[in-house]
Amino acid sequence: MSQPLLETRDLQIQFGGVVAASGVNLDVIEGETLAIIGPNGAGKTTFLNLCTGYIKPSAGRVTFRGADITARSPRAITRLGIARAFQIPQLFAEHTVLENLLLAAAVRDRVWNPFRRLATLPARGEMLALLDLVGAGDLADQPVEVLPEGRRKLVDIAIALALKPRLLLLDEPTSGVASAEKFQIMDILANALARERVTAVFVEHDMEVVRRYASRVAVWNTGKITHSGPPDEVLSDPDVRRDVIGL
Amino acid sequence: MAGRLNAQALLAVAAVVLIAAAPLMAQWVKVLLTIALAKGLAVLGIMILLRAGQVSFGHAMFYAASAYAGAFVGRWTGGGELFVLIGAGLAVSLALGLAIGVFVVRYRYIFFAMLNLAFSMVLFSILEKFFHVTGGSDGMRIARPTVLGMELERAPFEYVMFYLTLGLVVGLAWGVRRYLASPLGQALAAVKSNETRLEYLGMSARHALLVGYVLSAGLAGLGGVLASITQGLATPEIAYWVRSGEFVFIAILGGAGTVAGAFAGAVVYEGVRSYAAAYFADIWQMVLGAVLLAIILFAPGGLVGLAERLTGRRLRGGSADPAVAADQARVGER
Repeated sequence: MSQPLLETRDLQIQFGGVVAASGVNLDVIEGETLAIIGPNGAGKTTFLNLCTGYIKPSAGRVTFRGADITARSPRAITRLGIARAFQIPQLFAEHTVLENLLLAAAVRDRVWNPFRRLATLPARGEMLALLDLVGAGDLADQPVEVLPEGRRKLVDIAIALALKPRLLLLDEPTSGVASAEKFQIMDILANALARERVTAVFVEHDMEVVRRYASRVAVWNTGKITHSGPPDEVLSDPDVRRDVIGL
Repeated sequence: MAGRLNAQALLAVAAVVLIAAAPLMAQWVKVLLTIALAKGLAVLGIMILLRAGQVSFGHAMFYAASAYAGAFVGRWTGGGELFVLIGAGLAVSLALGLAIGVFVVRYRYIFFAMLNLAFSMVLFSILEKFFHVTGGSDGMRIARPTVLGMELERAPFEYVMFYLTLGLVVGLAWGVRRYLASPLGQALAAVKSNETRLEYLGMSARHALLVGYVLSAGLAGLGGVLASITQGLATPEIAYWVRSGEFVFIAILGGAGTVAGAFAGAVVYEGVRSYAAAYFADIWQMVLGAVLLAIILFAPGGLVGLAERLTGRRLRGGSADPAVAADQARVGER
């Protein structure tokens, strides 16, 4: 097996008396789609925050493609190739959908010429194609403010994909979305990940989504990874069914 | 869209031609207009920060620092050369903008506004208290500099200042428009709406704001040195917070966040101010206050918003007219 894309070693963090991570060792392998499941408040989102430098662990190390990124800023980590989509979509409210993506492309390509119009960047065609890929081609000129939640989630994911990341971290891609729309979003996501050859880690509550779309599942409970393996195997484990799924 | 853009461009060209021709019809307006346009440059600086959702109540410091830089260079070089004075003022305001900007771009909203105010009041105190260097509250006289080596009489010099300022305004208004349409300029609105996402694109919100801040300081500085050379005087009063407030006032009057608004606001402001001062000497501030109140209540988009509403209606009316007429004709047929 090749070197993992992302490695965490003995990650520790606590907030007051709550231990979110106590010795987390998790490897993300290139090409996989890893789902992280666990009870509410277990620290799954904290894990994404730790990996992207939003918060620093009190101990432990995060390595991305062999480089230690533990103390780096979200900005620096993003530039190294880790993009993030949020549970609550983080969009630029004053811009259209296409402009949101173009800003991402401009930062990615470092277009800082003050006389170069955002609207006519060379990446425009690429961004329109990306919008088509996520099924939002018709929304290009819509202000993001008016979009329903499901579409906002897709745009948030598209912004992350626009950065051409090696690794995409998604926080509950289907939360806040009507159940009928859930699989549509995940189909689009899976298709995009395959097309762009992006490795992905997603935090998820919906076990059906996990079963269908993850290539591996890691269970996060009481600050540790308690199980890790193929979805069918992990999701049928009695401990997991009792502690996480609540069956 | 294209029709609207053309209408805007046409309006801008008409305004520039009108302003350029004004002193030929009434000589006395050229100094008034020079000062108004120079202030407009400072207001343009405020506009840039407004794009990022930030207000500075201290930009008079760049206006004043630049004016005094011009005054000192003039003193040291025995009158000096116009373009050297302007260059010195611009350089000092950009450098000061960078030095203060590095600090203040860490803050937002009320903290950003008040820190700028605090810095400007420090400068005001220095200018007023170090009177043996700065002339105290009397300020510094700026002798009429040579223009490319030529010594000019007062009237031709005022024409030079007027057309030079107008030229700079046109060039810089175009440049700032381009900047605001570029990714760097658009990032300002992103600072306003979502800094977290900006960081997660790999871009520093502080850097984006710092670029805007230094640019805005340079514009304020350029305005300050042009106005002071025109008036032949730099006084601490131009660093006072009331002057900073005036720039923000004009920005809102003109239409917060638009390039044209900065200059439309400045010209209208100076006009109203000089008329109000002439006809209502004791209550001219009240007249200005009433004008601003009226704008905020009835035209929140400022003068530009008002103009857009008018031209937009006219445009829509004009282009829709035949279609509407045809529709009505068809309805009539049925």
